[in-house]
Amino acid sequence: MAETQNHILNEVTQGEYKYGFVTDIETETIAKGLNEDVVRKISELKGEPEFMLEFRLNAYRKWLQMEMPEWAHLKIPPIDYQDIIYYAAPKKKAQLDSLDEVDPELLNTFNKLGIPLEEQKLLSGVAVDAVMDSVSVKTTFKETLAEKGIIFCSFSDAVKEHPDLVKKYLGMSVPYDDNYFAALNSAVFSDGSFIYIPKGVRCPMELSTYFRINAAKTGQFERTLIIADDESYVSYLEGCTAPMRDENQLHAAVVEIIALEHAEVKYSTVQNWYPGDKAGRGGIYNFVTKRGLCKGESSKISWTQVETGSAITWKYPSCVLMGENSVGEFYSVAVTNNYQQADTGTKMIHIGKNTRSRIVSKGISAGFSDNSYRGLVKVIPRAENSRNFSQCDSLLLGDKCGAHTFPYIEVGNKSSIVEHEATTSKIGEDQIFYCNQRGISTEDAVAMIISGYVREVINQLPMEFAVEAQKLLQISLEGSVG
Amino acid sequence: MLKINNLHVSIEGKKILKGINLEINPGEVHAIMGPNGSGKSTLANVLAGREDYVIEEGEVTFFGEDLLKLSPEDRARKGLFLSFQYPVEIPGVSMVNFMKTAVNEVRKYRGQKQLTASEFLKLMREKKELVELNSDLASRSVNEGFSGGEKKRNEIFQMAMLEPKLSILDETDSGLDIDALRTVASGVNALKSPQNATVLVTHYQRLLDYIVPDYVHVLYKGRIVKTAGKELAFELEEKGYDWIKKELDEEES
Repeated sequence: MAETQNHILNEVTQGEYKYGFVTDIETETIAKGLNEDVVRKISELKGEPEFMLEFRLNAYRKWLQMEMPEWAHLKIPPIDYQDIIYYAAPKKKAQLDSLDEVDPELLNTFNKLGIPLEEQKLLSGVAVDAVMDSVSVKTTFKETLAEKGIIFCSFSDAVKEHPDLVKKYLGMSVPYDDNYFAALNSAVFSDGSFIYIPKGVRCPMELSTYFRINAAKTGQFERTLIIADDESYVSYLEGCTAPMRDENQLHAAVVEIIALEHAEVKYSTVQNWYPGDKAGRGGIYNFVTKRGLCKGESSKISWTQVETGSAITWKYPSCVLMGENSVGEFYSVAVTNNYQQADTGTKMIHIGKNTRSRIVSKGISAGFSDNSYRGLVKVIPRAENSRNFSQCDSLLLGDKCGAHTFPYIEVGNKSSIVEHEATTSKIGEDQIFYCNQRGISTEDAVAMIISGYVREVINQLPMEFAVEAQKLLQISLEGSVG
Repeated sequence: MLKINNLHVSIEGKKILKGINLEINPGEVHAIMGPNGSGKSTLANVLAGREDYVIEEGEVTFFGEDLLKLSPEDRARKGLFLSFQYPVEIPGVSMVNFMKTAVNEVRKYRGQKQLTASEFLKLMREKKELVELNSDLASRSVNEGFSGGEKKRNEIFQMAMLEPKLSILDETDSGLDIDALRTVASGVNALKSPQNATVLVTHYQRLLDYIVPDYVHVLYKGRIVKTAGKELAFELEEKGYDWIKKELDEEES
């Protein structure tokens, strides 16, 4: 039984990465390497105001004094930061008729990825910002959203058109000197999405950004800023892919969310960066800082992530629960296969009274991979009557992979309640045999058992993406069930 | 439909079955009884295709086909059903989803068309009544949080859904109170037909009060040592297994 199972696990987890193609397009890059001039050059290329340059330089100077964090359960090969290109933009063809027009080659690329950028072809109810390498290619439904006062545009446009908002909120949730990778991002970030939902507005469609790395030897450093004003609501989804290459590419993003009074933000991620090949060559280093600030009373921020890609993942989407009665949630499925490594989890920082948080983490490890959950629940003394519930489950497929759980809990008062549950399991031969005996093949049985295992998290995704995520899970585990 | 000829089976080098011969025809109900450790559950599991066992010798045919060469799922699709002694839980997988997949797999194999969602739900409602399962069953995960009795009723419910040719009920009576036992038994009786057969694997006679067997076999030390009509069950109930053990042990020495 064990043998057949291993065989099928292998079959199930050896699916091919379907997004590994390269778009042949002329790219404008700056010379590789990082120094103050490069930071100035990026700011200049983007035509930024003085305050942005200052933000970048402060970050860069701080970064020089910082060291790469080594506490994660990861083996990160040394990274030569002078060997990376920090800015790469698909070259604009001068003869395009209007500013809105996009190079057909780029449209094709996104079509191939299943993200048509013509509005009439889009999933109804989803607005998309498409980012390739260092720049935003196109944002759809901008005008429709603007009618409601919603701002959904590239970060670059936001700096130009809404500098006051950017100035006010940039760095509020993730300060430029927050950590090594956040500082690096703050110095060199090139684009990303900007969202502002005005007071009392419920965003009528899903907002979504699709990140694509295309150029070789470049890093992608995008920055996303979401501001939900009083009593507003928005649901946002990001997706990402990259070509297959033997080299490792660095992706160090920052996402900041600020939720004001009674505002709610749902942030979903389907992360499918190139994970490297079966021998562990190539793949994206995904070192990301994501933090939501529940600034206003009764605000709510909810992170849902389905992580299947990247060679190495270092990522802890967190919530700072400042406003009284605010709520933070973290739902995660992290899949590692072959030689992938993931150290991911969350931080829930309870500062306001009666704040609540919920963590549901489901790890799946296959092949020779290593998958760790790392989470911090911190309740400060004045955050009375706070509550947290954490559930961390690990599922092992095969016997050469690892699963680890590192929960940190700090509770500063007696009126708060923190609960933590954790399980580690293997797909049981008994479960598979039971399914077999009802006429279900081992492969279908494993798929069914896995989808049951992650159901609680997948259910949190917007409908349109839940199905996609489910499929993605099956593909990334293709060949590994046993 | 099922012919077992001189079946020898071992697990981890230990011989469990030592030459089983048994023939089961459509319309029949067989009871396989015996003391603990005699190999009853092994026989049930080997027929269903669990891989932990090594077939040392012998053949098993199912409608003329070599059963032992078939994968467990193909045996199920051909109409062999095992009601588990300890049904496993599958968290997060709803009974509806599980059963729908199973039923459609079996139908596909038999060349029948797939059931639509509404046809399937109708079938499910019908079959649930047979074993008096709660109507919230559909939304619950497979066996998760089910009581012992519910698990067994759920097994019979699945049997009703899959309409097998040969049903092997492994200790289906164990852990059931008298009401649950009656419900399960009446479910099994309702599913009986001249085209299908049932094998009851049990330690006790009490299930046989409700499901009356045509044949009773006593399994002891890996062999069928006695076969008779239903009256054998009463004898066993009255006298226990010791007299058979004694008889055989004397023969051996």
